[in-house]
Amino acid sequence: MKVYHFTEQAYPPAWENAGNSLRIVLPNRRMDPKIAGDLFHRYYDEWQLCDELGLDIMLNEHHSTATCMSSTCIVGLSILARITQRARLLVLGYPLGHRPDPLRCAEELATVDVISRGRLDMGFVKGVPYEFPVSNQNPVRVMDRFWEAHDFIIKAMSSHDEPFNWESEFFHYRHVNLWPRPVQEPHPPVWSTTGSRGNARVLGERGIAMATLGTGYATRPLYDAYREGYVKTHGKLPGADRFAYLGLVAVADNVTEAHRLGKLVSVYLPSSGIVAPQFRNPPGYLSIEDNVKLLRGEAKPRTGTKDGRFIDMRTASVQDLVDTGVLFCGTPDQVYDQIVEFAEYCGGMGNMLMMGQAGAMSHEDTVANLTLFSKEVLPRLREYKQPVAEMAAA
Amino acid sequence: MPTATQAVPRTTSGPLTVNGLQIEAIERGKGRPLLFLHPGIGIDPKAPVLDALAAKAGLIAPSHPGFGTSELAPTMTTVEDLSYFYLDLMDALDLDDAVVVGVGFGAWIAAATAVKSTARMSRLVLANPVGIKVGDRDTRDIVDIFALLEPELNKLAYADPTLGTRDYKSLPDAEVIATARNRETLARFAWQPYMHDPKLKSRLHRIRIPTLVLWGRHDGILSESYGRAFCAAIPGARFELIDKAGHFPHIEQPQLFADRVLTFAGL
Repeated sequence: MKVYHFTEQAYPPAWENAGNSLRIVLPNRRMDPKIAGDLFHRYYDEWQLCDELGLDIMLNEHHSTATCMSSTCIVGLSILARITQRARLLVLGYPLGHRPDPLRCAEELATVDVISRGRLDMGFVKGVPYEFPVSNQNPVRVMDRFWEAHDFIIKAMSSHDEPFNWESEFFHYRHVNLWPRPVQEPHPPVWSTTGSRGNARVLGERGIAMATLGTGYATRPLYDAYREGYVKTHGKLPGADRFAYLGLVAVADNVTEAHRLGKLVSVYLPSSGIVAPQFRNPPGYLSIEDNVKLLRGEAKPRTGTKDGRFIDMRTASVQDLVDTGVLFCGTPDQVYDQIVEFAEYCGGMGNMLMMGQAGAMSHEDTVANLTLFSKEVLPRLREYKQPVAEMAAA
Repeated sequence: MPTATQAVPRTTSGPLTVNGLQIEAIERGKGRPLLFLHPGIGIDPKAPVLDALAAKAGLIAPSHPGFGTSELAPTMTTVEDLSYFYLDLMDALDLDDAVVVGVGFGAWIAAATAVKSTARMSRLVLANPVGIKVGDRDTRDIVDIFALLEPELNKLAYADPTLGTRDYKSLPDAEVIATARNRETLARFAWQPYMHDPKLKSRLHRIRIPTLVLWGRHDGILSESYGRAFCAAIPGARFELIDKAGHFPHIEQPQLFADRVLTFAGL
């Protein structure tokens, strides 16, 4: 198993008295750019530590929000490409749904791959619903636009002999000839995320590495949908390396300290959803069927534990979060056992995306968390032998 | 597949077929054709305005492609596409001397159609139309309805917001599905540029048939000055206010709305 450390690079000083929205409408005057600079430096320092500790690196971007200062992930990728030596650099996600110009995306990412000497993993996502009013890209048909952008970027990165032409529904280019071209052949690995079985099947058909975010003990059906799609086009089951899971991680020498860290890192869960309600569901982002359910007030099911209890993420205790597989928390032995139990439940999960820092969790706490994890848990996870999945519903 | 210029045999209750698309349409009354183009919220067959209009005209009120249960061609993404669709629909139905009436988003479609050809129209009525850019680049002429929850939207859209209140838990499935579909399709056509075509204003001078701009006085989505600017861009167009109505005067003042339309059309 590979393990990536992820933080959203939050700006927690603005979380106090933010009203009903940390996102979209919170005025940027609430940010002190000097403090933002300090925080950025600190988050990069922690990733540099990961590079030394043997952990890989994951970063993302969001827009107009105090929950994630990284509004252009290419800046973070560029800096990390130069200041780290060995860690994989996974961007998850790079929101193609919000990007007007996939040629620019291909140029940026190819350059990062070159400077990092081939360490880039490209996690393409459509983007979160409430940021379409920011990017002003149309949320209607976003997946159609996503796939055209994806196909274009892959072609741009893997075409080397002459400029090519692209005239399709969403994007038009006349002389595509990427300089520099990426180091990794034919292109850096492609990842994506999903929360739906339908999309999981499509990702499986394409063989794109699939991450699910905090889906806990509701993950297996998504993985199995991926397996169905993968078998259809590849004629065999996918390896565990095709699967990734984002969970929160807090590890310490004793349970009391681990739970203290667990509480700190899990502030991500209630804070992430603090967004003014009028921006939560832009038209076209959800299907007609899902919108009918919303209009009827039929809420989606909450995250469940392995024994079928439903947990509300906004009010969950540390133990509740551990029971759902959203948080891995405890001593190194406990955390190892929890992650392995989860991977076994998944039928194989080759990439642990650990949120090892969130919100106002301090630099010292983060360093302790990452250091202990990499010394006591990571070596055992590297040795862990993945189960061979059996198709649940082939 | 029927072509655009073929009149398609139909019953008055069934759907129309235009360019191979099944289009749901309400057809009532007899006489001069009156093509009613609904706003972004769609059309309710029980709306009193329909009978009021059909009392003196041959009413045809389609649901636009992608609205209600009407089919949508995947290639249709702009109001330009809808305007060509309505030129085809008028050809398919062999309309002549038609009164074309649009409200809100439907008035945008009506204007975009009329700038291309008024060969089959004799009167145009635009009620609280969107579709043009009037203010400077820092001014949003049209309230961002996609950034409002329904109760807030209703407060702006209606003089009496209770008229817009709906209980989706008790509505039939078909109406809830239509509501969800209407919202998505409206955004498909009007997300960006938001609710307007930057080129339409400079083309409105091409409308050379008598045109009436009706204006629900209490429209909180658009300003009256926006409506007057729209009217001023159409040669000879008249501007009339309707009291006790907002963005949807055909819903809030159905009889008065129909009277104004029919009088203007000489019916």
